[in-house]
Amino acid sequence: MVCQECQQRPAALHFTKVVNGEKTEVHLCEVCAQDKGDAFLASDASAFSFNNLLAGLLNITPVVQQPNQSQHSDKETIRCKECELTFPQFLKIGKFGCPSCYESFREELPPILKRLHSGNAIHQGKLPEREGGSIHVKRKISELRTELKELVKEEEFEKAAGVRDHIRSLEKDIDQQGGDQP
Amino acid sequence: MTLEKFLTKAVTSWMNEEGPYSEIVLSSRIRLARNSKHHSFPTVFTEKEAADVSQKVKDSMQKAGESLELLEMKELQELQKRVLVEKHLISPNLAEDSASSAVWLSDEEDISIMVNEEDHLRIQCLYPGLQLKEGLRKANELDDAIEEHFDYAFDEQLGYLTTCPTNVGTGLRASVMMHLPGLMMTNQMNRIIPAIGQFGLVARGIYGEGSEALGNIFQISNQTTLGKSEEDIVEDLLRVVHQIIAQEKAAREALVQTSGVQLEDRVLRSYGVLRYSRIIESIEAAKCLSDVRLGIDLGYIKDVPRTILNELMILTQPGFLQQYAGGFLRPFERDLRRASLIRERLEMDDSQLKGGTDL
Ligand SMILES: [Zn+2]
Ligand SMILES: [Zn+2]
Repeated sequence: MVCQECQQRPAALHFTKVVNGEKTEVHLCEVCAQDKGDAFLASDASAFSFNNLLAGLLNITPVVQQPNQSQHSDKETIRCKECELTFPQFLKIGKFGCPSCYESFREELPPILKRLHSGNAIHQGKLPEREGGSIHVKRKISELRTELKELVKEEEFEKAAGVRDHIRSLEKDIDQQGGDQP
Repeated sequence: MTLEKFLTKAVTSWMNEEGPYSEIVLSSRIRLARNSKHHSFPTVFTEKEAADVSQKVKDSMQKAGESLELLEMKELQELQKRVLVEKHLISPNLAEDSASSAVWLSDEEDISIMVNEEDHLRIQCLYPGLQLKEGLRKANELDDAIEEHFDYAFDEQLGYLTTCPTNVGTGLRASVMMHLPGLMMTNQMNRIIPAIGQFGLVARGIYGEGSEALGNIFQISNQTTLGKSEEDIVEDLLRVVHQIIAQEKAAREALVQTSGVQLEDRVLRSYGVLRYSRIIESIEAAKCLSDVRLGIDLGYIKDVPRTILNELMILTQPGFLQQYAGGFLRPFERDLRRASLIRERLEMDDSQLKGGTDL
């Protein structure tokens, strides 16, 4: 069956939507399903739950990605140390319980995130001023390293030395701040 | 209340002002999802935590000196909440679970910050026309101001942590609302919607259900929030939006050239329906409003402002109709009210043009 939204990809998720007592079949591919939820919520008559939709989407992930039996049984016991949400519960509702869930499920998340974010699992965007931590400095260092390479290539050794010193002093700052490893 | 008075209160800037490319782009929206690192997400948090988040936001807002007005959901009546939903200022979710949820609104209603929706904070900027960069700038400003006094849940690898894994990273949803009658009439949307998907974007009708787009209005937004910077997300969206604008313009030109009379006939018939009908359902109203708006863009209709589509698509929704009527309306009553509201609104422009009074 073809996805009713894009008419292109095969439909992977099938639902019955009930609006004012009237049942409608919904067939979506995973791509369309991901963002479809908001649209249904926005229409005032709809009693359609995006949670179920996403849960369906996430649930497929570990089975497809990790056929390994022993790993799968481990997952049953993974539990967030803060809010006590288990990994299977997360898969079922498609939502985290608290910020610590991300830490507790860290090992399991990359395939799910990659699936949701076209192959990406690392943040490249804004850093909050206070909570950003040493990553501000780390990003600056990696910028400077690129600059350093350019300068060396252009044989601007004097400037390169300056940049190298800057990098070193930034690295020292991170070491002294301690806490997390640079 | 007279319609004019009602409108001054009901219509917000993104509905009745024009922005860049506003012949095709009705509005631009930026939304940032943020959470407190000290509290459970709204999925599982307790009443006490919810109240605490709400208080912390209040403190941060006061310290930040933002002059936004606080509306607490528990203080609002059903109809008031519904109107806020129809104006896109709050989500249906926020309206439903109201214990400690709230929204901070700017005077112009171009800024709204939802508290305790799916995430602790949803910072939203909504501008007329194509103004994504302006929206992002403003949203970032607000975000920075709040962060000074509010501890965000943030992870070096994963970025801003959100309740739903679809928002993690930037927490950014950038979207534009576009009026695309030309592409619809020339049957090109079926081709464009899946093509947009290739760029990590999604297009959908925002009124009506499923694939049916009422009023030929589509919302184009980014689908992924992780792995790209906010600026790149907005740039990529803009690039695609500009292409769609060009294709829509080409489609309109082709329609005028190949079937100008038919198009003019269709536009003016729809105008006639809006001006003279006594009963009109929302689907027909949306179709006619879209036609009339296209007619204005193409110069077939000269004495009606362009923003009529933006404005009336929203004002003819059930919540607004009932607010204007001052109480509950059955569907048939709504159809009567809808027709009369549209007629009155169009007549208002006549008198406005003659008398030159300002709204
Ligand atoms: Zn699809
Ligand atoms: Zn947790």
